[in-house]
Order: sequence, then C-alpha cells, then structure tokens
Amino acid sequence: MLDFLKEPVAAIQDFFTLTGRALANVVRPPHYADDIAIQMDSIGVGSLMIVMLTSFASGLIITMQMGRALEQYGATGQVGQIVAITLVRELGPLLTAIVVAGRNASGIASELGSMKVTEQIDAMRALGTDPIQKLVTPRMIATAIMLPVLTIVADFVGMIGGFFIAYFTIGLSGSEYWTGAYKALEYNDIVQGLMKPFLFGFVISLVGCFYGLRTTGGTQGVGRATTEAVVVGMVWVFVLTSLITRVFVNLH
Amino acid sequence: MPGESQQDQTRQDQTQQELLRFEDVTIRFDDLVAVDRVSFAMTPGQTRVILGAAGTGKTTLLKAAIGLQRVNSGKVFLFGQDITGLSEKALFDLRARVGVLFQEGGLFDSLTVEQNVAYPLVNRGKRKKIPANQIHQRVQDALSFVELTHTLEKFPNELSGGMRRRVGIARAVVTEPPLVLYDSPTAGLDPITANTIMALVAKERDTQQTANLIVTHRYQDGQIMANFSYNPKREALEPSAGTGISKGSANGARSQTIFMVMNEGRLCFEGSQTELEASKDAYVSKFVLRRR
Repeated sequence: MLDFLKEPVAAIQDFFTLTGRALANVVRPPHYADDIAIQMDSIGVGSLMIVMLTSFASGLIITMQMGRALEQYGATGQVGQIVAITLVRELGPLLTAIVVAGRNASGIASELGSMKVTEQIDAMRALGTDPIQKLVTPRMIATAIMLPVLTIVADFVGMIGGFFIAYFTIGLSGSEYWTGAYKALEYNDIVQGLMKPFLFGFVISLVGCFYGLRTTGGTQGVGRATTEAVVVGMVWVFVLTSLITRVFVNLH
Repeated sequence: MPGESQQDQTRQDQTQQELLRFEDVTIRFDDLVAVDRVSFAMTPGQTRVILGAAGTGKTTLLKAAIGLQRVNSGKVFLFGQDITGLSEKALFDLRARVGVLFQEGGLFDSLTVEQNVAYPLVNRGKRKKIPANQIHQRVQDALSFVELTHTLEKFPNELSGGMRRRVGIARAVVTEPPLVLYDSPTAGLDPITANTIMALVAKERDTQQTANLIVTHRYQDGQIMANFSYNPKREALEPSAGTGISKGSANGARSQTIFMVMNEGRLCFEGSQTELEASKDAYVSKFVLRRR
C-alpha cells in the first residue's frame, strides 16, 4: 500500500549515507588537496564574474526601488542601511547560492554522471580509490569554503552597485551612504550572512554529487540528473534560508 | 566430527589455491534476476571465456568478482578470501591484485594517458608508495607492451576506440596482477582492431602467466585465446600446437581455456572448446555457430 514511498525514502536514506561518508572523509586519510584546490578554482574563481554581475545588478535595483519609496518620507539617507541589511542578511547569500547551484550543482552532477555512465566510477573503485573520498569530499569542502567567500564579494559588490545609484541618482554623499551601511550591520547579521552560504555550500555540492553518482540510462540520464540536481539544490537553498532566517529572527 | 573437519580443511586449502570462486551466486535488480545461482572456480594460469548475448548477466558477474556488484545470495571468494560481506575499504587491497579492463576502457577523461596508466601505481592507499622514477618507467613499459608509447601526453578523447582499449589494457596490467578481468574487450571494434586487442590479451597471458576472465559476445575472442599463443622470439601470435611454448601439452592454451555460456543469468554451459562445439544445447550451439 505504501510502496510508492519506498523510492523517495530510499533516496533520502542514500543521500544521508553519502553525506555521512563525505563528512567522515574530511578527517580520514587519504586527503586529496590537489582536487580541493582544483575545485576551489572551478567553483570560486569560475563563478566570480557571474556572482559579481548578479550582485551588482541587485544592489542597483534595490537602491533604485528603495530610493523612490524612501523619497516620499524624505528618508533617502537610510538607503545605505537598507541595501546593507538586505544584501548581507538575505540577498547576498541567496543570490550567490542560486548562481552557484545553477552553475556548479549542474556541473558536478553532469561530470559525475558522465563518469558513472562511462564506468569511470567503477574503474576508480576497481583501482582502489573511494569515489566519495576522491570526488565528493573535495567538491564539498571546496564549495563550503568558496561560497562564503563569494558571498562576501557579492555583498560588497552589491553595495557598490547601490552606491552608484545613491551617489549619481539620489544625490547622497559617499560618507552618508557608507556610514549608514556600516552602522546598520550588527554582529548577528554577519554571522547569519556567512553561516547561510557555508551550509548552502554543503547542500549544493552534496545534491550535485548525489544526483551525479546515481545517474543511470546513458546521456539522457546525465541530462536528467543535471536538471534534478539544480532544482533540488535550489529548493534546499530556499528551505534552509527560510529556516535560518526564522532562527535568527527569534534570537534577535 | 573429525571426517567433516578434514573435509572442511581440504575445501579451505582448495579455495586458498583458487584465484576466484563463485558459490551459488545470485544477483537481483528489483524483480530481475541478473545472475542466477552461478558457481565456478578459477585456478592460476587459467583463462575463462564467458560468452552470452547482451543482457545475460555477464558484466554483472564480472563486477561481482571484485565486489563492484554486491551479491544477494551465495559467496564469492577472491584469492581465497570471502568478499561477500567485506566493506568497500577492505576490498581495496584485494582489488589492487586484480587488473580490470572495462567495456569502453573506463579511462579517466580528465587525466592524460600517462596519468591514467600511472593511476594504480600512484593511488595505493595505505600500501607502500612507489618512487616517481619507477612509476614513470613502469608506465613506459606498460604502454610499450600495447605499443602506445607515443600517446603519453594525450587525453583519452584524442584516442580512437581501439587505442582507448589498449591504454585500458596497459592500466590493467601495469601492476602485474595475477588475475585480469576483461569486460567485452572487443565490443564495437572492427575485426582487425578486435584481433589486435585479443592478441594483446593473449600476449599478456603468455608473458606474465596471468589468469584471465574474459566476458565477450564474440566467439572468435575465445577461439584466439584457446588456439593461439604468443611467441616472444617472433613477437607475434602463433597457433598453440606448433609454438614450442606449450611443450609437454601440445595444446596448452586450449586445455587451459574454459568456455562458459550464460543465458538469462544462468550458466548453461561450462567446458572446453571441443565440448562447446559438440554441445547439442539449442542456445549454446546456435550461439557458437552464429559467432563462428
């Protein structure tokens, strides 16, 4: 009667087994430092331009829209604070995670999926290498390190985008904008703003690896795995961001 | 009981001498029985050719031999050790003593030919590290064996299908394993390249005295293994009886080559080439005649 639940429950179990093994491998030798560095370059440096572009545009848009709204109350001086809080707490981590999920969860799933269907994963196991240790753990570590770094860059670039509009369109001075932005941020916001991408990094990479490693059905299967990885990765990001925000709102 | 324990001891000794043993192995994928109660044993120096149409469980059986595929019931002994319940980590040391050629070569796309062949020498887990200069030399030797020394810096996608298989063979034999598994080594290749690949398999068998488990759908592959031997002086394959390599047994390769035929997961034939050709079984004879 409950047979329809078998598959999703088994998938969840497999996902948590993979997560457990990938986390255990962080402290268990052998460590593949070269692979971590390669992945950090691919995920971090590779995503830098698109992350900067997205966050710069977000900063511009937030400032433009908030500038119009605040003008009615004569409070355009507050725009720096609003941009800083919105970006650091929510939009910076969220937009960066969405960009990285779209770019890297799909990349990871398609790479591992292709390896799976061409028996490279089996070859790795046959040659005495644990694919989770060699492929999953380096990607997980690299994403968990690089996503917070990218988020910091995104927050800053977004605020610069906001500054352009504040300075050239609204007519705020540099010190008004940046002092407002700086003073608006509390320790709590920074922690929240960095904790989110750290956790998103784990989820995005593990979801990508999970769908990649369970690919079946040739090239069509690789395409399916890639799509599933992006969709599920993004859903997890939205769920997590809501939960973490709720926790921090309560703490506040 | 003393009689029983003696029998157990004899069986244990026999298992220790065998490279590979399947005992009543069954493998299922949901409702599909891929391998159905298969039993056989491989001794050193032996070549087993598993024939069968696509989807008859040949590759699954081969993967089960090194624990890449878990069995649902029965036991698999590798080098005398029961691997049925072994963890993945515990299997790594045993697998290091087995060479494997995967269907399409199984080469790592992101690594060069040199790095692919060096992979089993570099990634040795807890086993003793091999110095870099020795690794390079052994990679050169392995690639020289398959006549591909000029491809060191190339990536697998720059090679033809036959070359990828040859690099796969080099990677499989670079550690000089006593047992080599070949999964459809000639699938999708033209007849000339297929014969070149089988010549390399026979050469490896005769120069290193390896045992081989070959999964194939081509009867000709088994025929080469059973009837030809490598002559190191002429550096070519010759009919076994006249080479002098198999002195003492006029047909060394033939007697050491066992054919197995699989049908719907079951082992429906096991025996020599002569017995295979004389078989009256409808599936076996049809298969052999069609492939001959």
